[in-house]
Amino acid sequence: MVNINELIEYYKKMLLIRKFESKILSLFDENKIFGTTHVYIGEEAVAVGACSAITRDDYITSTHRGHGHFIAKGGDVKLIMAELFGKEAGYSKGRGGTQHMSDLTIGHLGSNGITSGGIPIATGAGLAIKYKGLERVVLCFFGDGACNEGYFHESLNFASVMELPVIFICENNLYAMSTPVSSVFPTKDISCRSKSYNVPCEVVDGNDVLEVKKAVEKAASKAKKGKGPTFIECKTYRHFGHSRNDPKIYRSKEEEKFWLQKDPITRFKKYLISNGGVTKTKLGEVENDVKIEIENAIKFADECPFPDPNNVEKYVFCES
Amino acid sequence: MLMSEIFYIKALQDALFEEMDRNENVFMMGEDIGTYGGCFGVTRGLLDKFGKKRIIDTPMSESSMVGWGIGSSLLGLRPIIEIMFMDFITLCMDQIINQASKMRYIYGGAVKTPIVIRAPAGAGRRYGASHSQSLEALFMNIPGVKIVAPSNPYDVKGLMKSSIRDNNIVLFIEGKLLYWNKGEVPKEEYTIPFGKANIIRNGDDVTIVSYSRMINECLKAAETLEKKGIDCEILDLRTLYPLDFETVIKSLKKTGKLVIVEEGCKTGGVGSEISAIISEKAFEYLSSPILRIAGLDIPIPYSPVLEDVTIPDAKIIENTIYKKLLRTQVKL
Repeated sequence: MVNINELIEYYKKMLLIRKFESKILSLFDENKIFGTTHVYIGEEAVAVGACSAITRDDYITSTHRGHGHFIAKGGDVKLIMAELFGKEAGYSKGRGGTQHMSDLTIGHLGSNGITSGGIPIATGAGLAIKYKGLERVVLCFFGDGACNEGYFHESLNFASVMELPVIFICENNLYAMSTPVSSVFPTKDISCRSKSYNVPCEVVDGNDVLEVKKAVEKAASKAKKGKGPTFIECKTYRHFGHSRNDPKIYRSKEEEKFWLQKDPITRFKKYLISNGGVTKTKLGEVENDVKIEIENAIKFADECPFPDPNNVEKYVFCES
Repeated sequence: MLMSEIFYIKALQDALFEEMDRNENVFMMGEDIGTYGGCFGVTRGLLDKFGKKRIIDTPMSESSMVGWGIGSSLLGLRPIIEIMFMDFITLCMDQIINQASKMRYIYGGAVKTPIVIRAPAGAGRRYGASHSQSLEALFMNIPGVKIVAPSNPYDVKGLMKSSIRDNNIVLFIEGKLLYWNKGEVPKEEYTIPFGKANIIRNGDDVTIVSYSRMINECLKAAETLEKKGIDCEILDLRTLYPLDFETVIKSLKKTGKLVIVEEGCKTGGVGSEISAIISEKAFEYLSSPILRIAGLDIPIPYSPVLEDVTIPDAKIIENTIYKKLLRTQVKL
């Protein structure tokens, strides 16, 4: 049974992701952040639910839409923000940006700018866990679009044959950029694909943090016993477009409204108040903590220095 | 030093056995590398000694295989991946170019990816266009990849050991036609550093720069040219990244003439890059234009009579150098 403080922590994490990303959208206009970004708003329950089911020693691989996974795994928002600001103090010392960050000290093996690019990497991490005889698991996050890439098929197959401790978590947000899943998948669910690789699958409500957590917990416990991979399809929705400048002309207002009513954070807040007996005052404190944490992150990112252009060639090779 | 004369393939196998013995985190992945022993027999005997945990026969999934290697390397393993024919490395390009080669940089130096990709390359076995290519030049355009291309048993062993111990992604090019060449190899342990060209023949008239199998063709050509009064110096680059242009320039200061020989296509080839480097850094030492001798810019044909004229050999090298030197009116 999950205790109330843990539930509040899930709420805080989801809110932190949402407020962090809402803020970075406005920071583009202030010219503090450059290029583009892919926000996770609307999908927070997947990352928070999944990462709550594993330990710090377990691993994740992430995607182009990766801030949520990173924060859920315990990433420091100050250092993520500094990276987005292009600063030396950022996770990648300003060399990576939004799609290229990692923190091996907390088991984050990297976000990835190539759709499905992290799937074989997660599978290889699973191979290393088995090789070393560790009791750990890798969560491999990817979207619906990635399931039409070859890596998906090759890696699910290999993970199954080798019985690797990898949990393939598909964040099915119904669109690969603008392309609806219905036009590029011949089946209602994507998860049925995993059956052909003998990988057990589960379809969950990706906007229900506790449902995601429960499914990942079950899969992780199985994987850590050496019983191989699981595929979990989380049905969810991104509130914003694919990337920053996406006009969202490919989906209807009715559909957006329908999904906004299923917003994972609003739902969980209601649940905490009505079923968990959490007071609005307590949640107000959490919301305030989140606000302060983000303000501090922005202040930190703004004040720390840019990398020295003289060192632009540093880190191509490992010299040791 | 106690030496023994062994085949290139045996020297390579010895390096793999010794390094796997030395470090339990070293393992191999590839297609048919276990019981079958690899398409060219390089991994024969490894399964018996190291077992299925460390010699992994993979599904035919080259694209993902490099990614599996990356993931395992992030957790401290040191994968050696066999790509059956270098031609098939085209299936791995995303994981090499967008992931492995960039990972350290884009994660701000926080990770390392010690991966060796073994790739048997080259024509001459009548395998046709998809099983005969020398694609190393493509990778010279990718920052973050080290490229190793040994020409003889001594080098293949010493360079493989260095490759396995390196903390970066190393593309290790094996000459398909070199496997059954013999050479002297020390019995005791040694490694060869990257970026140090080997002067395998001293000469005063012309500097020939090459690597991998073409070295043997250059040596044969040099013997004939010597009889015609041309004294060739031959430099075996050993590694294309890092590239030892200092040794090339040093030799050029003596000879004034530079010929680059490679098996891959001429356009955008290894010779193009070396030629550009020398033009930038050592133009004043050139007494005649740089000469590139390379494969024709065509797919490798099947028919023996066609394949033979596509790839440089000793005769082509000899004739080209001889005519070129005459044309530039060098005193013979």
